Amino acid sequence: MAPPNQLVSYFDAALPGTLPVLNKSCVEAGVLTALALSCKINHKSLFDRKHYFYADLPAGYQITQQRKPIATDGHLTFNIYEGKKKDQGRCHRVNIKQIQLEQDSGKSLHDDINQETLVDLNRAGVGLMELVTEPDMTSGAEAASFVQELQSVLQTIGTCDGKMAEGSLRVDANISVNKPGDPPGVRTEVKNINSIRFVKNAIEFEIQRQIELLEGGGSVVMETRSLDDSGKTVPMRDKEVVLDYRFMPEPNLPPLIVYNDDTIKSAPNPEKAVNIDDIKRRIPELPEQKRQRLTSDYGISYSNATVLVNEEGLADLFEELYSKVATKDVKSVINWCLIDLLQCLHDRNMTIPTSPVPVSRLVDVLNYLQSGHLSAKSALKLLNMLFDKDSRSVSEIMSQEDLQQINSPEEVMKLCEEVMDEESDMVELYQTNKKVINRLMGSIQKKTKGRVDPKMARKIMEDLLER
Amino acid sequence: MLRLSIKELANQLQLGKISSAELCKKCQDRVQALEKLNAIVTTTFEDADQKSQQSDRYICDGKARHSLEGIPFAAKDTFCTKGVRTSCASKMLQDYFPPYTATVVEKLQRCGAVLLGKTNMDEYAMGAGAIDSIFGPTRNPWKYPYQSLHDGKKVKGHDWFISGGSSGGSAVAVATGMVMGSLGSDTGGSIRIPACFSGVVGLKPTYGLCSRLGLIPLVNSLDVPGVLARTVDDTAVLLDAISGEDLMDSTSVPDPCDSYILPDEIEVKGLTVGIPKEYHSPGLQKDILHVWSRAADIFENAGAKVVPVSLPHTQYSIACYSVLCAAEVASNMARYDGIEFGHRSKTDSSTEALFAESRHEGFNEVVRGRIFAGNFFTLRRNYQEFFQHAQKVRRLVTDDFSKVFNNGVDVLLTPTTICDGMTYEEFNSMDSRTQCEKLDVYTQSSNLAGVPALSLPIDLSSRGLPIGLQLIASCFNDKKLLMVAKWLEQQVNFPRHRLDEEIEELEKKR
Repeated sequence: MAPPNQLVSYFDAALPGTLPVLNKSCVEAGVLTALALSCKINHKSLFDRKHYFYADLPAGYQITQQRKPIATDGHLTFNIYEGKKKDQGRCHRVNIKQIQLEQDSGKSLHDDINQETLVDLNRAGVGLMELVTEPDMTSGAEAASFVQELQSVLQTIGTCDGKMAEGSLRVDANISVNKPGDPPGVRTEVKNINSIRFVKNAIEFEIQRQIELLEGGGSVVMETRSLDDSGKTVPMRDKEVVLDYRFMPEPNLPPLIVYNDDTIKSAPNPEKAVNIDDIKRRIPELPEQKRQRLTSDYGISYSNATVLVNEEGLADLFEELYSKVATKDVKSVINWCLIDLLQCLHDRNMTIPTSPVPVSRLVDVLNYLQSGHLSAKSALKLLNMLFDKDSRSVSEIMSQEDLQQINSPEEVMKLCEEVMDEESDMVELYQTNKKVINRLMGSIQKKTKGRVDPKMARKIMEDLLER
Repeated sequence: MLRLSIKELANQLQLGKISSAELCKKCQDRVQALEKLNAIVTTTFEDADQKSQQSDRYICDGKARHSLEGIPFAAKDTFCTKGVRTSCASKMLQDYFPPYTATVVEKLQRCGAVLLGKTNMDEYAMGAGAIDSIFGPTRNPWKYPYQSLHDGKKVKGHDWFISGGSSGGSAVAVATGMVMGSLGSDTGGSIRIPACFSGVVGLKPTYGLCSRLGLIPLVNSLDVPGVLARTVDDTAVLLDAISGEDLMDSTSVPDPCDSYILPDEIEVKGLTVGIPKEYHSPGLQKDILHVWSRAADIFENAGAKVVPVSLPHTQYSIACYSVLCAAEVASNMARYDGIEFGHRSKTDSSTEALFAESRHEGFNEVVRGRIFAGNFFTLRRNYQEFFQHAQKVRRLVTDDFSKVFNNGVDVLLTPTTICDGMTYEEFNSMDSRTQCEKLDVYTQSSNLAGVPALSLPIDLSSRGLPIGLQLIASCFNDKKLLMVAKWLEQQVNFPRHRLDEEIEELEKKR
């Protein structure tokens, strides 16, 4: 991150005489997002000024789209999980009222001790896309699921990295409560929520607070609140007055016109113009489409598909591994992806894009696992070594580290006999308690560091004991 | 030398008869000799010396960049100039040194023109007299100093005529030969009014023809950078240098015209000149009415078709202008909060108090009044009644012009102002609103419509003050406008030498 006020253009600091110029990439991002959220795109949209005095708003107004935004009337459908085990989720739809392009403000830091306000304008003037939803959510969990799905969509189409902690994705939640049948109550707005968990917590807190307030005979005040460190929402300073933003048209930006294949030729400068159809052709598969396809193409469960899609790059990796392994056994590939691979990544705070292990080596491990040359346990051990940047080939590691699964019946038989000799008391006990076999199996795995094929060993051991 | 036109000077420079350094020195002497007129508020002589020497080398090497090479100019103090104070004649910016240069200034400099200084104006260009400046008023060189008569007796102390504003400094600098051309800005008449009162040519080009980047705004949707010069040819050569699309100004457009250099032989036969009947307002001074009809006759006698036309919404224009102007002013002035730049109050009890005090201390009453009005017009409850209503009227005013031009009119001929000038005493006795309403009456509607308009000095009034007429063309017909103006200029032979003689006298007296 750049030091404060090192990334400030003359326009960002609102120096007199500077003028705004629309960033084409922002328009394209707006159109792409609008398409991904099934919005109606306005071929002509307008920019407005929203006025308020604040130390981190150098011009005294923000350029936004109030009258006619770039897109309206979209929706997002997604599954809501309310935390119960084996929850298959329930489908929910949130309507998107509008998407507007605007500028970000700077940041203020209040130093109460020295009675100072410090302003950092690095963020000022950066293009922002604001999505406004209809009041279609009824709980913190619903809102959190919505934000999660939105984040996933935005990441997939590449219009936002979705990093809430860094402020690339911020949530303002408007919350009101009402009794069934009554109209919506007075709302409050919790600003700048910066994690999905906080979205859920802030809304739940605020719902509870408003209910308690109303049931205690009080009333909710329309105000802006923020989330404090303890998870409570508190009124924001300086923003208590109901503001009149005195919206007016931004005179320095002409109306924004976007085109399609039919109209692009009429653009004054077709190379510079934005063509909706061009963008439509570039839309990648969206998360929900991908989940549906994975379940139907591979016969995996929707919840497995959800995990695959939610972990960045995992679905693609799964598909690549599946296409490259010798044995087309979906179950073993998916399980290995969702359990071993994810464990290795999470243990190291890594993601698939930052993983140091090339796909070809993962395919090797999976092939040896499927063919029985590696036991599950050894495969995990080997995978860990690869993530710790072991540069040897998979087969080298297997032979040098003695990880090959023991699966010749003669060898296993020999090992079983050795264990039976060493633990004759257990063999005796077996005659009265068959469960003792588990203990003997444990000893065998211990002796071979988990390299014995457990199914085969159990069968042979049983035969020997029953003899 | 200072009586010569840019064309003549460029010729002499090329021939080596004079040098740019010499010319700049003469101009600097004149600036100093006429300091009393208060036309220039910041001089850039040192830099000008260097630049003029550089121009001399270019000329010497036969590499002159433009016919403006080595020609001194001045820019209204509302155009940002890198490292040179740009104050907008306001306490708010009295110590403001911009880190960049306005596109139009830079374009002139790239042509080799030499910036000699920044000119006086009304604070933030809000005014029609160039009297509301932290540097004090600009004085008109015509009849300077002027002794008013009261009951037949001379009034004690000297009075003088106002230069007109807000680009008064730019007009006076050009009229007196301090510079050969200057940049002004025109939002409701701010170039044409002082050009008219000072006896020079003032052009407000079509909105969008010249970049506004670096022009500290008054009203973004009306502001136009323009030029003031002594002749139409000089005006054209300056426009030629500054016009054209700027990617940093999204409201600028590609220049439809390759060159604004005008031919010498111009024909007006078959031209249709419209005379808007609504401009016969009751307050129009007799002298001006006379000059106006004389000019119409000149056109008619040369074979042009002179037709009465109607711009029926003219009477609503000024009210519409007041509302839109105030609304945008309120918005544009919001950035002056004392945080990033500009005057900052010593108050530190809270951020809000700092904002309020900085703004109160930094702005004069006129500016504060317009901000106040603008905030009122754009309140949610007033937006429709005032702002939106005014926008609708603006559309009607624009349509008036379009209709006339679509019906075959090439140019409109009107007075620039209703009177030949006013003394400071007279003018200062009115409030700013009345001043503007009185002086902007014929000029602001072309800003609302975006059409190009030019004020051309025609004759002197009975008391010896210049009278200008305004020519208006349809959008992006700036060249046609200039050609018609040049033709008229050739016919009327405005007695500019009278001022030159007065000035040379003044210079001697110093």
